[in-house]
Amino acid sequence: MADMFRRPGRLRRHAGFDGRAGQAAFEALHRASLAAPALRAGLTETSAGAAARHLRELLGAPGLAVTDTERVLAWDGAGRHHGAGAAELAGDVLAGGGSAVLKADRVWCGDLRCELREAVVAPLVVEDRVEGALLVYAPGVSAGLVRAAGEVARWTSGQLELAETHRSRTRLVEAELRALRAQISPHFSCNALTAIASLVRTDPQRARELLLDFADFTRYSFRRHGEFTTLAEEFRSIGQYLVLEQARFGDRLCIDVQAAVEVLPVAVPFLCVQPLVENAVRHGFEGGTGPGRITVLAGDVGAEAHITVEDDGAGMDPEMLRRILVSGGTSAAGGGSGGVGLGNVDARLRRVYGDAYGLVVETAPGAGTKVRLRVPKYRAGVTAPQMWPIPHSLSD
Amino acid sequence: MSAAHEQVPVNAPANLTAVLLVVAVTVGIGGYGLRSRSTPDFYVASRTVSPLRNAAAVSGEYLSAASYLGIAGLLATYGSTMLWYGVGYTAGYLVLLVLVAAPLRRSGAYTVSDFAEARLGSMAVRRTATVFVVLIGLLYQVPQLVGAGLALHTVLGAPAWSGTVLVTAVVLVSVITGGMRSVTLVQSVQYWLKLTALAVPALALLLVWRGVWHPGGGPAPAPVPVAHTASGHGGGQGLYSVYSLMVATFLGTMGLPHVTARFYTNPDGRAARRTTVGVLGLLGVFYLLPEVYGALGRRYAPGLAAAGRADTEVLLLPGHLVPGATGQLLTALVVAGAFAAFLSTCSGLALSVAAVLSQDLFGGDVRGFRRAAAPAVVVPCAIALLLPGSGMSVAHEVGLVFSVAASTFCPLLVLGIWWRRLTAAGAVAGMVVGGGLSAAAPTLALLGVGGCGRAGALLAEPAAWSVPAAFLTMVGVSLLTPGRVPAAASVMLARLHLPEALAAGPADRSAADGDRSSSAPVRSSRDGRR
Repeated sequence: MADMFRRPGRLRRHAGFDGRAGQAAFEALHRASLAAPALRAGLTETSAGAAARHLRELLGAPGLAVTDTERVLAWDGAGRHHGAGAAELAGDVLAGGGSAVLKADRVWCGDLRCELREAVVAPLVVEDRVEGALLVYAPGVSAGLVRAAGEVARWTSGQLELAETHRSRTRLVEAELRALRAQISPHFSCNALTAIASLVRTDPQRARELLLDFADFTRYSFRRHGEFTTLAEEFRSIGQYLVLEQARFGDRLCIDVQAAVEVLPVAVPFLCVQPLVENAVRHGFEGGTGPGRITVLAGDVGAEAHITVEDDGAGMDPEMLRRILVSGGTSAAGGGSGGVGLGNVDARLRRVYGDAYGLVVETAPGAGTKVRLRVPKYRAGVTAPQMWPIPHSLSD
Repeated sequence: MSAAHEQVPVNAPANLTAVLLVVAVTVGIGGYGLRSRSTPDFYVASRTVSPLRNAAAVSGEYLSAASYLGIAGLLATYGSTMLWYGVGYTAGYLVLLVLVAAPLRRSGAYTVSDFAEARLGSMAVRRTATVFVVLIGLLYQVPQLVGAGLALHTVLGAPAWSGTVLVTAVVLVSVITGGMRSVTLVQSVQYWLKLTALAVPALALLLVWRGVWHPGGGPAPAPVPVAHTASGHGGGQGLYSVYSLMVATFLGTMGLPHVTARFYTNPDGRAARRTTVGVLGLLGVFYLLPEVYGALGRRYAPGLAAAGRADTEVLLLPGHLVPGATGQLLTALVVAGAFAAFLSTCSGLALSVAAVLSQDLFGGDVRGFRRAAAPAVVVPCAIALLLPGSGMSVAHEVGLVFSVAASTFCPLLVLGIWWRRLTAAGAVAGMVVGGGLSAAAPTLALLGVGGCGRAGALLAEPAAWSVPAAFLTMVGVSLLTPGRVPAAASVMLARLHLPEALAAGPADRSAADGDRSSSAPVRSSRDGRR
């Protein structure tokens, strides 16, 4: 019995984090992990302020400052009056040197009670550019402190680089969204306007309605602000798009759009269904000559809305599709023009709702394509601005 | 006396047809709302539900066995004090309208759990709320299913379990195959069905009572003198029970999971308010009818109440007063309405419970939802089958569920919407205290603790003290944890209270104006053409 209780203790003694050195290492890792989340937001006053305390405790120094290339972002520790001069002290390092040790003649304020007499300045380098500096103050600078400060600065730089990577990934998705909006116009607007032009003389009333549909559609697609919209607006846009395509293809394009009214107020990422419909028309129908059918359904399933976009056209090679989706919408692997839409929608859905909410595509060459997406009715942070009053059904 | 009611009713085939018809309507009609659309109808497809139809859907889902059967039974048994049930079930929407409807819709929440998460940003609050959503959803279904068993036994002579199982099966099928059916349409039809099914026989009964119509050929049946007066509802305790009932029903409505879910269908806060006003009107009309049955039942068939079968009052009274084929037809109509009540409320609740379960437990995909639907329907069925007949009125049991809702979600919603300093710790503590007290007290009362005196009454009807206790706990613990007020509280409150057009900012409004001016003529021309 006693043996049973002793065994875990004996095991722990062999573990790396039990000795004094292990404890210290653990402490340091813990401090670093506390500082990391703030730094992931990039180098700002808020993030530097949140991280400075942990960095200072990590180094065990009485004072620590973080600057960007121009001014002091954060100060932590005693002797706040040193804060104002920190940017000036960091000047040489920011101009492009390595770490520097500053002696009392430049640092000490002359107050005998003040511990901050010497300082180590280490640059924060993000993607080969000096973005800021870390100033560590101490009563006297030792070789150990210089090395530690250098390491902490390098670690901080690493975190900031991660932040930069994250930002550029977001920028990439946003750029793709912009491309998606712009992409609609040249190809589609030419065809739509040609179709409308052919109606101007024979059926001016219909031509006028189609032009207004076109105007509404482009206004929605080019909307500059807001990441989210309602499913009602997305479906309205799909309706306009399909009306315009039908003006071009006539009876050869058969359309079925159904939506359960319960899911129309659901907030969804902007342009998350419409590119799929466009893709269905372009890939499933445009190439062939025979009549095609596009079905768009939105159903109400508990706490989620389920949307399917289906065509009975040429289909796609699943392997190619997989490459498009894996590339997350970056067009290099897409090959075809429709791939950008599919991959981008998939990437944005995953970014907003998590990996469980990616697109599900069923397709094979010659067997048509069915794309399914799921959207939770509520997700923290996902709200759609009310763009214009939604008209109520006139049948009531 | 009782022997007269135990015999197999003569018009069983008509009643069975009525039941099957309602089942067919419930399962079949939803597809109509999603009929295939030809091209010019796209604009209809992107339109949302009008407040009136939504109000009918909310009412249809809300009017349960408690309203349809229970109130009349209680009136017949205990007299006019029980009018408060009808008033309370309606007035809950007044509180909802004034305090909660529009902000709740603006929060974008589909369930109360969503609201808790959005407002307080804490998963602990979300999970606590989810537990109570599931608890309330399951408990609310039990009296419905018991009522279904009772109804089928009364009108068909079938064993009591068959009605419970029938309703469970239909609900399970309609929830699992849901998805592409328009629930809103089904529920709004159910409201009008229930209203008609209760109103037409009520009119006939009134005519018989006034002696205008003599269906049997002879004079109106003589009133049976009331032989008993109900005890336990008189004096000070009676007054306490009434107050407790008022607190529970006035404040409990806003916490019912199926009501919250139905409000999500409104496009914005303003529509949510208009829907609530519509619900108030529709419920106000409906609740005039159980009173007719209650009053006439007290006059003509007090034996039912004495036999502890007051809940069958509505089902038996038309056949009792109007003999012959007409009476059978009226009975069939009432039976149809009763099944509409069981089915609509149960399916609404099962849907909400399954949605919450699949989201928080099963990771929420299609299969998760179907897996969640089974326990959401089967658990209440099992409880209803295993529960020994307590002799308690359906309306009273539902009232107890209301008191749990009032003691948990009412403080959460009201304080969450109107008080910036609410914290996650306070919300959890308040819900646990309120929910624990309001669920434990009636259980103890059922087990016989407290006896018949003042203590017994306090335990049997806990809302009057459990709701204030929940509010006080929530406020107190929030004040003790001032550092944990969510950073985004002010932003969130602004979003809840500002109309959407204002909150979206001036850029949107100009876009809205531009859109309206350019496309309004088109739309009218389109609509004119159709």
